[in-house]
Formats: sequence, structure tokens, C-alpha cells
Amino acid sequence: MRMLRTAMAGWLGVYAVVYVGFLYLPVLLLPIFSVNDSAVPVFPLKGLTTKWYDSLAGNDVMLSAAWNSLVVGCASAVLATVLGICAARAITRYRFTGQRPMSALIMAPLVLPEIIIAVSLLLVMLQLGLGLSLVTVVLGHVLICLPYAMTVLISGFEGFDNAYEEASLDLGETAFGTLRRVTLPMMAPAIISSLLVSFTISLDEFMVAFFLSGSDPTLPIYIWGQLRFASRLPAILALGTLMLAASLVLLTVAEILRRRAARRTDADGGLIA
Amino acid sequence: MPETPRSSGETMIDIANVTRRFGPITALDTVSAKIREGEFFSLLGPSGCGKTTLLRLLAGFDQPTEGTIAIGGQAMADIPANRRPTNMVFQSYAIFPHMNVAENVAYGLKRLRLGGGEEKRRVEEALGQVQLGHLGKRRANELSGGQRQRVALARALVMRPKVLLLDEPLSALDKKLREQMQVELRHLQKAVGITFILVTHDQYEALAMSDRIAVMFDGRIAQIAAPKDIYQRPVSRQVADFLGGMNFIAADIVGEDGSEVCLETVGFGRVTTERPPGFVVKGRSATLGIRPERLRVLWDDDTSEHEIAGTVVDRHYFGEITHLIVEIPGLQQPLSVIETNDFGADDIPVGSPIRLAYDPEALVAMGD
Repeated sequence: MRMLRTAMAGWLGVYAVVYVGFLYLPVLLLPIFSVNDSAVPVFPLKGLTTKWYDSLAGNDVMLSAAWNSLVVGCASAVLATVLGICAARAITRYRFTGQRPMSALIMAPLVLPEIIIAVSLLLVMLQLGLGLSLVTVVLGHVLICLPYAMTVLISGFEGFDNAYEEASLDLGETAFGTLRRVTLPMMAPAIISSLLVSFTISLDEFMVAFFLSGSDPTLPIYIWGQLRFASRLPAILALGTLMLAASLVLLTVAEILRRRAARRTDADGGLIA
Repeated sequence: MPETPRSSGETMIDIANVTRRFGPITALDTVSAKIREGEFFSLLGPSGCGKTTLLRLLAGFDQPTEGTIAIGGQAMADIPANRRPTNMVFQSYAIFPHMNVAENVAYGLKRLRLGGGEEKRRVEEALGQVQLGHLGKRRANELSGGQRQRVALARALVMRPKVLLLDEPLSALDKKLREQMQVELRHLQKAVGITFILVTHDQYEALAMSDRIAVMFDGRIAQIAAPKDIYQRPVSRQVADFLGGMNFIAADIVGEDGSEVCLETVGFGRVTTERPPGFVVKGRSATLGIRPERLRVLWDDDTSEHEIAGTVVDRHYFGEITHLIVEIPGLQQPLSVIETNDFGADDIPVGSPIRLAYDPEALVAMGD
């Protein structure tokens, strides 16, 4: 029995390693081939080079796509976070009819197939006579980002004691002054974290952007277009590596801020005597 | 300590027929009270009795369903919390965690835009009043519970309110600190001279600190009186029970004469006592009460004008006092007696006969 258990434990370890390897090895190939001095991404590696990265700097089409992504990312992050603050506050603070269905509907895009969302958004935009542009991409990205923003913001607002706002009112401050001087500063870590998560998601999003971007491609659309040309693959790998690094940095910062916020509310409620 | 009139007697808060309903639940049921200027007034009751609801109505965080509240002669119906002459010390203290102690205290003053260093001077004065003068730069999450409580006090007092509202401010502190803060709060209230309204479920806290106490049950005020009166002359069994131990003796009403009632009991015979306010003769029965510490053990040949004889059936030792349970022939329930241990009450054997002395003044008639 005991031997069986030991053998099982060994196999479980192997399974875990294979599993993680399968998930992440392909991602590791990205930076490896991006510095390989060959137009074809195959082993063995030929030599170290930064020429693929250098070629990105002079690529105006790529730079304009990157700029589009940046604009869309910032706009989506701000909009999703503002809407998320309102919704998260309503859901954590008040009891109202339709509260549970409403919060379920806000979270639904998490599980809906993105292609369905993208196609239906496209139909609606065309019906409304809205020309496809970065604006329509932003609208679509807000929908995609909102559930993630909500998750971060709800956990922030749940740790927020009503008494802080009452104390502020009690000390003579107006409702708006209370929002500015107490609620927003105390929520700042959750808000920043929501902005970063939303931005990251918007930056990497392909499906909605593909259907709604019209003639202004975002970075993922540009990359997809370039994949038709085998010779440009190494440059795309270099670009992908940069995007991967940026995403990792942003998400790490977001997580650190979220934990700091959690610790602050803990220290506040738990330190008695 | 001689009794000194601490309040000027002018009405500061007038609560008139206030009712607050939350859906089907009536949290406050036609409550009326007048609280005087400079008074230390406590709202005492078990959880769910409506005391916190009443405090929140005074602060303006909530509105009465019916009835009116006036503070300093001004009706409060249309005045929001941020324009009321009240400030609150919250149960959780609600110290803003993103500010240091001095910034917390200065929070309400910022809006007043005081010039010429007045803000700084008032913050320092308030921190001095609560003995935190040296901690201005300390961050909120670096404070102990007692220090947080002082910051909350200073933050409210610095606004110079007409009324300070305290929502169970001592409940989060340990016993020793709580007792120390009771004394300090009382001194502080005398020093600043403003009206304090304290919400508490701790009867000792209310008795030790208040000028007057309102005892509340089920959304109603059962009695408003000075601590000594409320302890010695509770108007009902419920009030008596909430404020410490009380022996209840079934009694028949045999006579009434204006301010007095005459009761007939088995153990204590015929007793004429003060008729409590609001006492209604329902049928012919009432309850006579006596506090356990007002029954005194008679040793050896001691005699008393008023005594009662029985048998010790149980004994509990509590260090400085002993709790004796004494069965009296004819009484349905045994009497509990609290005796100090200086004469050896802790050595009285269970089962021995005993005689108890009492002062008829200590007997109180209560409605059932």
C-alpha cells in the first residue's frame, strides 16, 4: 500500500512537470527564436542577434499598430474601471431588485465564446450605422475587460467599511468630498490594479479587435497579418517577446498592488489592543 | 463624592415620538426623551434594542419614520449628517488608514479653511486633550486599540460639536483599558462640558459614567433616571434584571395611596413602598424586589428590626464576596445573598439555618 503510494507520488511529480512544460515551453521558444540569427525558427540555433528587434524600430506600420493598441488599451482600461467602480460599489453596498442577475450578466463575457461576442457586436455596430474604427474596438474591449475589472474592484470594496464614509460625512464633508478624500484614496490600489489588468487584456485581445477595428489594426491584428510572410516571422517573434514581457510586468504590478490593498484592510480591522 | 449639578438643565436634544421601521421590523417605537446640555447620557440595552438606531438618527445617518428630533432647539428633519452639530466616535473607530494621526484629526477642519495656524493649534489642542500629543506623525495602522479610540475622540472633539455621540466606544478594549478609559472619558466630558451620548450594552459602564441612563428594550425606553435611581428603583422586572442581580418576590397589592403602594408577601410580610412611576395595578398582583447585596447575614446573637430566616442551600465563592442561596419557607424561589467575606461568609456550611437582615427602604415594588 505504502509502496503504491510512493510510486504514485513519483508519477504525479512527472505528470506535473510534463503538464507545466507543455503549457509554457512554447512560450519560452518565443524569446529564444527571437534572438536566433536565422529566418527559420528551427533548432539548432545559428547565432545570437538583435537584428529582429532592430527591424521593429523602423517599421512604421508596426509602430502605428502599437500606437493604436496603446490608445485602445488606455481608453478601455479607464472606461472599464470607471464603470466597474460604479457597479462594484452598487453590488457591495446596496441591496436592490435584480442585483444577482445583474452581477451575473456583468460577469457573463468571461464564459461567452469571444467570437460570438465579436460577431454580434459587429452586427449591432453596423445596424447602428457606426463606422468601424478604434472607437468600436474600445466599446468591445470594455465589455471584455469589465468582468476582470469587477473581480478586482469587488474584492477591494468588500473590505471597505461603511463607517469610513459615514465618519467623513459626520466630520462635515460632502458626498463628493468624501469620494475624493476617503473612498478613492482608500480604493486606489484596487483601482490601479483594475486599470492594469484591463489594459493588459485589451492589449492582447484579438477576436473583437479583428471584427471591429476596420482599417486601423491593433498590434495583435498586425501580427496575424504578418504571419502570412515566412520571412517576417522572426520579427514577429521579437514583437511577441516584448508584448509578453510587458504583460508580465503589468500583471505583476497589479497583483502586488492588490495584495497591498488586502493587507491594509486586514491591518486596519485586525489590530485591536 | 458630593453630587454636583453638571448640566445647566437646558434641553439640548429633544426626541419626540420617534419611530423607525425597517420593513416589517419596528426598531424604535414612539421614543421620547429630552437630553440636557452638558449631560453625560447613556443609552443602555441588550443588542437589538434600538439604541444604535437612535444614535444614528441623531447623527443624521438615518431618518425617523415618524416623529421629530431637535438639537439645540433646531429641527433636524432636513439637516444632513454633514451639517449637524454632532460628531461621532464609531464602534470601529473608522480611523482613515491612508492618513496619519494629525491628518485624521484635521480632516473635518480642512473644509473650514482656518487661517493663521489655527488649524494646527486646534489639532494639537485636541491631541493634547486625549493625551496623544506626541503621536501626530504616527500612521493609523501603527496604533493600538486604545490609541485608535483616542484618535477617534480627538477627531470628533476638534470639531467642537454641541453633542458627541459614542457608539460602544469601549467594547473593543480589554477590561483593564476599558475601566481606565471610563474614568478618562468622564473627566474629558467634564473638562469640555459638551453633551455626551453613549451607547452601551454594559450596565457597569453606564452606571459608572452617566448623569442619566435610558434603559431600552425592544425599541422602547423602559426607564430614564440617574444611575443610582435606576439601580435602586427599577420600574420593571426587565430593567431590574438587566442592571445586575435582583431577588423577585411575588406580592399581592393590598392597598394604594397616591404615591405609595402596600404589598403583602409571604417572607417579608406587609410592605409599604414608593409607588414607581408608570406603575399600573393590573389585577391584584405585583413583584417586590431586593438586590442581593442589600440582604445582610445576621451572626450569632445579632438582631435586626427587619429580619427573615431560612436555610443555606448553596454557596459560591468569588474571592472578595460569597454568593449564598437561601431558601425561605413559603417563598417560591430561594433568595440570593451577596456577602463580603470579612466575617467568614465563605465558611457558612450548606444546610445551616441563617437569619438575614434588610432595610425596608431597599425593597422596591415593580410591575409584572
